[in-house]
Amino acid sequence: MKFSKLFKINEDRSLYPPLNSEGKVDVDLSSHKYVKLWHGPQHPGITGNMSLELTLLGDEIMDCETHVGYLHRGFEKLMERRKWIQCFPIVCRITVPEPDYNEYCFAAGVEELAGIEIPETAKWLRTLTLEMARLQSYLMWIGGQAGSLGMGIVGQWSNYCRDLVLDRFEELTGGRIYHMYIIPGGVRGLLPDGFEKRMEETLKTIEEFMVDIDKVMFNNAVFKKRTVGMGYIDPKWIYQFGITGPNARAAGVPDDIRKKYPYLKYPELDFEPIVGKDSDIYTRADVRRRDLLLSVDLIRQILAKMPKDGDFKAPTPNVLHWQIPAGETFIRSECTRGEFAYYIVSDGSEYPRRINVRGPSYTHAVALLEKMITNTNLADVAGLMTSLHTYPPEIER
Amino acid sequence: MIMNTPLDNIKTVFPNADVWTQRQELYHMSIPKEQLVALVTHLKEVEGYLHLVQLTAVDWIEKNQFQLTYILNNPIKKIDVMVKTFIPRDNPTMETIHHLWEQAATYQRELREMFGINFPGSPRVDKPFILEGWDDIPPYRRDFDTKKYAEETYFPRPGRETHDPKEFMKKKLYPDEI
Repeated sequence: MKFSKLFKINEDRSLYPPLNSEGKVDVDLSSHKYVKLWHGPQHPGITGNMSLELTLLGDEIMDCETHVGYLHRGFEKLMERRKWIQCFPIVCRITVPEPDYNEYCFAAGVEELAGIEIPETAKWLRTLTLEMARLQSYLMWIGGQAGSLGMGIVGQWSNYCRDLVLDRFEELTGGRIYHMYIIPGGVRGLLPDGFEKRMEETLKTIEEFMVDIDKVMFNNAVFKKRTVGMGYIDPKWIYQFGITGPNARAAGVPDDIRKKYPYLKYPELDFEPIVGKDSDIYTRADVRRRDLLLSVDLIRQILAKMPKDGDFKAPTPNVLHWQIPAGETFIRSECTRGEFAYYIVSDGSEYPRRINVRGPSYTHAVALLEKMITNTNLADVAGLMTSLHTYPPEIER
Repeated sequence: MIMNTPLDNIKTVFPNADVWTQRQELYHMSIPKEQLVALVTHLKEVEGYLHLVQLTAVDWIEKNQFQLTYILNNPIKKIDVMVKTFIPRDNPTMETIHHLWEQAATYQRELREMFGINFPGSPRVDKPFILEGWDDIPPYRRDFDTKKYAEETYFPRPGRETHDPKEFMKKKLYPDEI
């Protein structure tokens, strides 16, 4: 396929300025040919509070720079001044729509350093929570992707479905958005009575809505016209830019951490990583849609296989006096956007020495987006950005 | 018994490197600052550590050192390696690796801003990334006091109390002992 077709670039480049050796345009703002435009931080097409400084020639983007910092609360620094257990209300706020991956990575890191083995039931409950988090995050994302291309109704349907999953979260953990359910040593409780039945009803509703969403969004001529062949990620860029998750899988790289570096109870579940091959916005959307349905399937498998009672928390020392042995560790998990990892350093005291969060958006929204967006049309920016599924809070922890 | 690890042959190329194992798929490596870029390039080009997962710093203020940690991943062998080096805390400078991975420039820009570690030649390294108009010491250094900064910069909320959790619980549970 020709490069120009993939990016839908006007083939006649005679009206456009020549590219320099880095493949970029030498922008001379005093020539009055270019316009600077700020896309965000307050813009419906932006995923959270982030902004893109665009340089336009006509309606084509010549240059882009990502600006973050609108959400910076210094989480990593705050955690250095708090006891290990006091970090818990902080970690879940690093990624708002799916806090459970933060809780899992932090808890697993603490357990590895302290040498704690968690009970079987706790492992199953953690796997269940992580899949539920994946499900609701994808449902929210579908609304964003459809909305950024002008289909508001899909977002209303998917947010209704997400609310049902949040109801199940509320039953299980007591919280809708931030759960603080996965704690060092295990989890905070067992499944409530009748949870499986209500979860099954929720999953059925989601499946019904997904049929409608498939018809209205994925078989929509406008959606296809605007997304097929648009926003191509070259498979060569995968390691060069650190691309992970559905963005990499849509390019044909079957990297799913649940399968590749199995953690918790994933080795006992039957699934294959979802892979696409065209690596455009449409394929990425389709990979996420199929991944969502895979999560529905995995939740059913987990509920069928897991023990319903038993120990759910290993004994831990008094958390207010807990000194974690000195050491370093690195824990990763697969979140909806890719590889989510925690690097934890302990100096043997009651406080963490350093915690560093690796969010997949860190690479997707800055280096990758700045490269991909060049030579696209202004109207496609929102759709392209949402297709990378970026969350600014994990860039500026 | 001598254990054979996938990183044994590194020692023949880089005799100064220390290698130790944490778990089956996670290795640690420590190397002097001057050889770090050569080692990371060797790991990427020869050993197949194609994926740069993380690049971060730890402030060991008591030793007057910064620790730089490069976490690399080999997607074929499914192994992670943490490459570590120590640089002095006064006027810290490190060679850039943005020519190996595009996203390294972003990590280096953040380290420049948050720890004050300079990476000469890294793209946009001196441009503010998260903080705009910051004129204090780099905030992620251990000697930057967040509490003091917040008290000096923002208005205190009336009626707000702060407790040390250990003392507070002791007072609540065992009031007679105090």
